[in-house]
Amino acid sequence: MNAFSAILRRDLLLAWRSRADLLISLAFFVIVGCLFPFGVGAEPNQLRAIGPGVLWVAALLSCLLSLHRLFAQDYQDGTLEQMLLSPDPTVLWILAKVIAHWLTTAVPLLLITPLMALMFDLEGGAIQVLTASLAIGTPTLSLIGAVGAALTLGLRGGGALLALLVLPLFVPILIFGAGSVDAFLSGTGASAHMLLLGGGALGALALSPIACAAALRISTE
Amino acid sequence: MNSTESRFNLFHYAAPQAFYPIAGKLAPLFAAIALLLTLAGLWIGFFQAPTDAVQGEVYRVIFIHVPAAWMSMFVFLVMAFWSAVGLTLNTRLSALMAQALAPTGAMFCFVALWTGALWGRPTWGAYWVWDARLTSQLLLLFLYLGYMALVAAIDDPRRRDKAGAILCLVGAVNVPIIYFSVKWWNTLHQGASVSLTKAPSMASIMLSGMLVMALAAWAYTIAVALYRVRVLILERERHTDWVRGELANIGEVH
Amino acid sequence: MNWESWSAFWDMGGNAFYVWGSYGVTALLVIVELVQLRARRLSSTRKLFRLQRAAAGRKLSEVQP
Repeated sequence: MNAFSAILRRDLLLAWRSRADLLISLAFFVIVGCLFPFGVGAEPNQLRAIGPGVLWVAALLSCLLSLHRLFAQDYQDGTLEQMLLSPDPTVLWILAKVIAHWLTTAVPLLLITPLMALMFDLEGGAIQVLTASLAIGTPTLSLIGAVGAALTLGLRGGGALLALLVLPLFVPILIFGAGSVDAFLSGTGASAHMLLLGGGALGALALSPIACAAALRISTE
Repeated sequence: MNSTESRFNLFHYAAPQAFYPIAGKLAPLFAAIALLLTLAGLWIGFFQAPTDAVQGEVYRVIFIHVPAAWMSMFVFLVMAFWSAVGLTLNTRLSALMAQALAPTGAMFCFVALWTGALWGRPTWGAYWVWDARLTSQLLLLFLYLGYMALVAAIDDPRRRDKAGAILCLVGAVNVPIIYFSVKWWNTLHQGASVSLTKAPSMASIMLSGMLVMALAAWAYTIAVALYRVRVLILERERHTDWVRGELANIGEVH
Repeated sequence: MNWESWSAFWDMGGNAFYVWGSYGVTALLVIVELVQLRARRLSSTRKLFRLQRAAAGRKLSEVQP
């Protein structure tokens, strides 16, 4: 548990020291969201219909943008090999790194989501559902993305390859995340979507650190 | 005693060196079977199966569409099986089998999408509908492409085999999740307006044509995968003595 | 037999584009895959021959400098 908190604190500190990077992926989220009204027109009804989906896709891409940083630095300076050799359980510190990634990329995004939702003419209840769905869904993105980041570690064309590997796997999260707002607006209630998102997060929590540990061992051999 | 013997045999053939000549013998056999079955299937499909009462002649696309769709899913499962075997038993051949199967699986996946689009236009009036089956087939194609891209991007053979195997297993776990989520999404967004689940009482001759074509696709996949795995084995084992001997044989033939 | 004439067969009840488009592209992809596989086998055996010859040359030069 000591290793867990040590790695978590270290990664948060490192992220804080390079906070410009975090701002870039946040700005990316905002800009991608703002592009859509220019593309599809600013008619309020239409914006309300596409808003949740657009913000979810933007969140997905912004998560993808920051994923390659998850292990890259530790891989380059050799820390990763040391950590793999250390007696601490690999799964534990991988989890710490993923949580740090989520705290530094998804949480700022969650904070700004209500503002973005206002630009898509969404109302109070829908905004709450959207933010809640992002809060439950984004940990799964970080968890699945970590496996992709570990597999593509140090490869040429790593960024585009990472996108090709993980984006198809993100589709179910996108479906339930964006669908939750639609379900809320249509009056059926979003609880089923939230439960499925939560189930997905738990499943990813159980499986992906193991796959990630195996992938890291292979990539650093 | 008996069981240890069979275990030994299995591992004996799992050695690339032992499998290479076997693959060389089996591949032409399966290629011939594939050719015969394709001809028989086309004969049944075009000359025996009657015109469909509802769809007319266009339904004849079914004889490649359905076998290709089945095949693309089976091949991914088989790849996942070989990946699991390779990761747990550490056999070199398993990963090569998965890599040899991938391009053919991707090809069938594309064929299923292409023929689905061409069949869809006259029957539902659109080349593409975001139907659950079509959409998950598309995502399966992306999984194939991701696997092939990852395998192609890694130079070190050991890392290539293992990373590919992990990705394949992660993909296989996700395939059912993707399918059910897309199905859920599809029923929410489109309702019953586009329903592809038509169950016409398919004449048994149509069904048998489809099955013959499916068997042909199996034989083709096995033949091509065996030919491809032979190339992969030669490349992988190029520093060994037996490949040098094998090259001498090939040289004599050329 | 289903077809009254060959032209009826090629016409596919007015759906020639969809039916033959499906079968044609499938046949094309199969041929492309087979050609590509053959090309890959040839190029890789050629490369292995070259490597082998280079290795043999190295050994020879080691023996007689």
